[in-house]
Amino acid sequence: MDWNALILFGVLATSLVASAVIFLLAESRHTTRSVFNLTAAVLKMLLVGWIIWGVYRNIDYELRFTIIEGVDFILRADALGMMFVGLSSLLWLFTTIYAIGYLEKAPNRSRFFGFFSLCVASTVGIALAGNLFTFLLFYELLTLSTYPLVVHRGTRESLRAGQIYLYYTLGGGALLLFGVVALHVLVGDTEFVPGGVLSGLDPALHPLLIGIFLMMVIGLGVKAALFPLHAWLPMAMVAPAPVSALLHAVAVVKAGAFGIARLVYDVYGIEFAFSLGLLGPLAVAASITIIYGSLRALAQDDLKKRLAFSTVSQVSYIILGISLFGPVGTLGGLVHLLHQGLMKITLFFCAGNYAETLGVHKISELDGAGQRMPATSVAFTLGAFGMIGIPPMAGFISKWYLGIGALEAEMHWVLGVLILSSLLNAAYFLPILYRIWFRRRERVWCEEKVLGRFETSGWLLVPTLATAAFALTAGVLAGMPFSPLYWADLIVSREYLP
Amino acid sequence: MIGLWSVPLLFALPLALGILSLLVTPAWRPRLIFVGLPLLAAASLDVLARLVLEGPGIYALGDWGAPLGINLVADGLAVGMILMTTLVASLCALYARVYLRDYPASSSFFWPLLWLLWAGMNGIWLAEDIFNLYVGLEVMGLAAVGMVALRATPQALAAAMRYLLAALLGSLAYLLGVALLYAAYGTLSMAGLQEAAAPNPTTHVALALIILGLLLKTALFPLHAWLPPAHGGALTPVSALLSALVIKGSFYILMRIWLTLGPEVTPVFTAQLLGVLGAGAVFYGGWMAWRQHHLKQLVAYSTVAQIGYLFLFFPLVTGTSPEAARLAWDGTLMMLVAHALAKAALFLSAGNLILAVGSSQISHLVGISRFRPMSLFSFGLAGVSLMGLPPSGGFTGKWLLLHSAILSGQWWWLIVLFLGGLLSAAYIFKVFRMSFREGPQIDHSVTPPLTLDITALILASAAILIGLTAHLPLFWLRLGSAFGVG
Amino acid sequence: MSGSLVFAWSGVLLFGLGLFGFIAHRHLLRRLLAFNIMGSGSFLVLVGLAQDGRGVDPVPHAMVITGIVVAVASTALALVVFRRWYRTSGRTDLPEDT
Repeated sequence: MDWNALILFGVLATSLVASAVIFLLAESRHTTRSVFNLTAAVLKMLLVGWIIWGVYRNIDYELRFTIIEGVDFILRADALGMMFVGLSSLLWLFTTIYAIGYLEKAPNRSRFFGFFSLCVASTVGIALAGNLFTFLLFYELLTLSTYPLVVHRGTRESLRAGQIYLYYTLGGGALLLFGVVALHVLVGDTEFVPGGVLSGLDPALHPLLIGIFLMMVIGLGVKAALFPLHAWLPMAMVAPAPVSALLHAVAVVKAGAFGIARLVYDVYGIEFAFSLGLLGPLAVAASITIIYGSLRALAQDDLKKRLAFSTVSQVSYIILGISLFGPVGTLGGLVHLLHQGLMKITLFFCAGNYAETLGVHKISELDGAGQRMPATSVAFTLGAFGMIGIPPMAGFISKWYLGIGALEAEMHWVLGVLILSSLLNAAYFLPILYRIWFRRRERVWCEEKVLGRFETSGWLLVPTLATAAFALTAGVLAGMPFSPLYWADLIVSREYLP
Repeated sequence: MIGLWSVPLLFALPLALGILSLLVTPAWRPRLIFVGLPLLAAASLDVLARLVLEGPGIYALGDWGAPLGINLVADGLAVGMILMTTLVASLCALYARVYLRDYPASSSFFWPLLWLLWAGMNGIWLAEDIFNLYVGLEVMGLAAVGMVALRATPQALAAAMRYLLAALLGSLAYLLGVALLYAAYGTLSMAGLQEAAAPNPTTHVALALIILGLLLKTALFPLHAWLPPAHGGALTPVSALLSALVIKGSFYILMRIWLTLGPEVTPVFTAQLLGVLGAGAVFYGGWMAWRQHHLKQLVAYSTVAQIGYLFLFFPLVTGTSPEAARLAWDGTLMMLVAHALAKAALFLSAGNLILAVGSSQISHLVGISRFRPMSLFSFGLAGVSLMGLPPSGGFTGKWLLLHSAILSGQWWWLIVLFLGGLLSAAYIFKVFRMSFREGPQIDHSVTPPLTLDITALILASAAILIGLTAHLPLFWLRLGSAFGVG
Repeated sequence: MSGSLVFAWSGVLLFGLGLFGFIAHRHLLRRLLAFNIMGSGSFLVLVGLAQDGRGVDPVPHAMVITGIVVAVASTALALVVFRRWYRTSGRTDLPEDT
């Protein structure tokens, strides 16, 4: 009995089974549903923790079977994948708690939580995929499972947002499919191997490989919100806050960035990609996105939309890190995958808290929120500082390494981009903080609700504080073993030093 | 030692049950499925076992060999089609038994026609000579027309009439082609034709006639006009059977004859032309499906579109490398089987949704996702396969066809596969959008009987599962064909 | 031209005439008759080609007999559907016909 394969399958199965059970439960069985959800989330975290410990000790976990000749379904646990899975399972737990509180008294909860679990299952599948076929399978499944979440409210806006979302993601998926099949024709099954599988090909094929790379980056870039493929993201803000938190911190955008990481490191190989001249344009695209996202964020008054554009900008830091040739840049990019997740989810949780408790959606209405909801506002402040890159928040660590990586790769202009974007981040976050803490409340709140003993419902508050705490400790304790930085360093050493 | 009973039983039993069902009272007719389905299932599995254990074989009916007797062939392709038919027809029959309780007048003649249809289909799959194919085609076609006419509304009758005229025209063209082939080669058996076939004018004219006749019967664009009213206007289980199985019968014949006549006779130009028409079907069908306001019409146009994919078989198999041809074979058959399962599921779940809201208009499905999630879920799963999204049979088929197209250097088909997928997403999500829209707070919908929902769900799940477990079925399908080696 | 080819060519001619009638006429009964003429034409081709100096070949005869049976069944079905159609709609042709 291959226990390792079984454990791997178990990680996937927890959310698949949870999804099936939740769909079958009657709408009214709220407690049963919550219990099931939380149990599955905790169980998943335990399994993931076990596997991370095993991967650290270089134990092999693999599950594979043949779909058709020459194409296998492969799940494998390697360091890069486990980083993503770890992030997903941790944040799933908190988002589930948050969503239970947020959707109290809302209709269609069975439908919501069912697709929610399916979404997490897809994300886990993406992280654990051992070859391009399996990656693609879960990537498209992610599209299918997130659509119902985006249109959950059923309003005209939600449906419209869902439609745009589909145009972008299905189109991107089709391009990705083409790229994957093309690679299969050239080299057979494209398993993820550090250093890639393509460097041995006939040089006459190199232009074709460049074309395929471009196509696949576009396909992945849709989900990663790379400019100009990002338009669906701000529109998807009409979804409930837990969905925005999940989509922006964990699932969709990270899946796109993660896919690009896999493409560059484990399919093409960083050296080969560099020799084909692919990294430079990628860095440029990422930089444009970073600046563009920050500029658009400045112009937004709606809090969630501002955070959305901030995500557009921040996820491209990861892609920027990937495109910097050298271990330090890679380190910066990969560690930012974790850091950005923690910080952004905190910010979205806070936005959700403000909306639910005070009816506040716009930044201009946030005056004096610090007095009324101090804990949430502290969390928001921590997250904002992280985004700007103020030590000791985690965001500072990522930017620091990205800067050094840029110098090492002799792409000095990237430093300029980093500095400029930090300034822009400050420009659109600091005013919010000013309003929250230093302005007095003139008028009554739009729609004040008393949701719990504390400033808001415990279901909403605890996850917010927890993720903020994680974002803080990731920065403060970055030097400790099993911090995100430590793990990213592990990945880089395994990737660069065979 | 497994006996020889299964092959003749596969079409003798449905024939016998068909006649028997005419003799019993209408109340007893549905109950005959409890005799027929287990026996046919056993026979299908037995044929599969023989294929896997002993290899493909030819069976002389009554031990009278050709040319005066009738030979039947049980190779991978035939067995695959038989299994598909048994699964889909069984589930549709179980569905119909409950569904037709609301239509007592139609119900009594549904059952004899179903058995005759089944007999005709099995006859086609098992036929080893081209005239037997004609007989099977006719039996199947006439039974299908009868089933369309069951619902005695003027629209259904007009649709049945149109279908009949198209079917008759198609069969006659096919028959004339068969006549010419016999005149040229003196044999009707496919084995004989394979050896003797040569590129002369008679053969080309015969091939042209056969192609035209079968294109009309398969409703390939632009000869598709009879299909949407017939499939869209019939009773739900009839629509499922027609779109899933009947339409595949004429396509199967075309495939067989094309491969029998071989690469020397079949011109590359014709193959490309068939592919182009297929592309036209994909775009036109998809576009029309998107514009429909009635659910079953949408599903019917979807059939027009999906048939187009199957015709990519011809350009990808003619004049290409063995590797590309094998991938084309695998891909086409995967799409064929996945479509049969998914389309049947789609029609059955559409029927459930219509039953639930009491209207066939898509706009009346507002908010149904809240109250009838199971019916919608089957629709969704089937839709995933039709869109060619993973994990599903439709995706695996699409993958194989893409691979074949790239390998054979015929890049233009890639565009067809992509745009087709996006178009099908457009019309499937049109239904979803409506169902997720904020609707009435109180449940006004009717709960369909559980059997109806479950049969649809089983078919939809099968469409998904076959995508993940495709390796073995594809291997079986290749046994005994030109693609079986290597 | 040998005797058998006369039959074959007449068969083709009948087929053509039937086809033309099938497409051109609107009245359903006439279309049905045209179909039957087409059928007879193909049978004639079959029988005609069968007499091609090889002696009497029974296979085409078997095919023709089968074909006649099929034609009878199809005609019967067509008539039933047509009658029903006529009763419910009062028309003898199909609406918006091609």
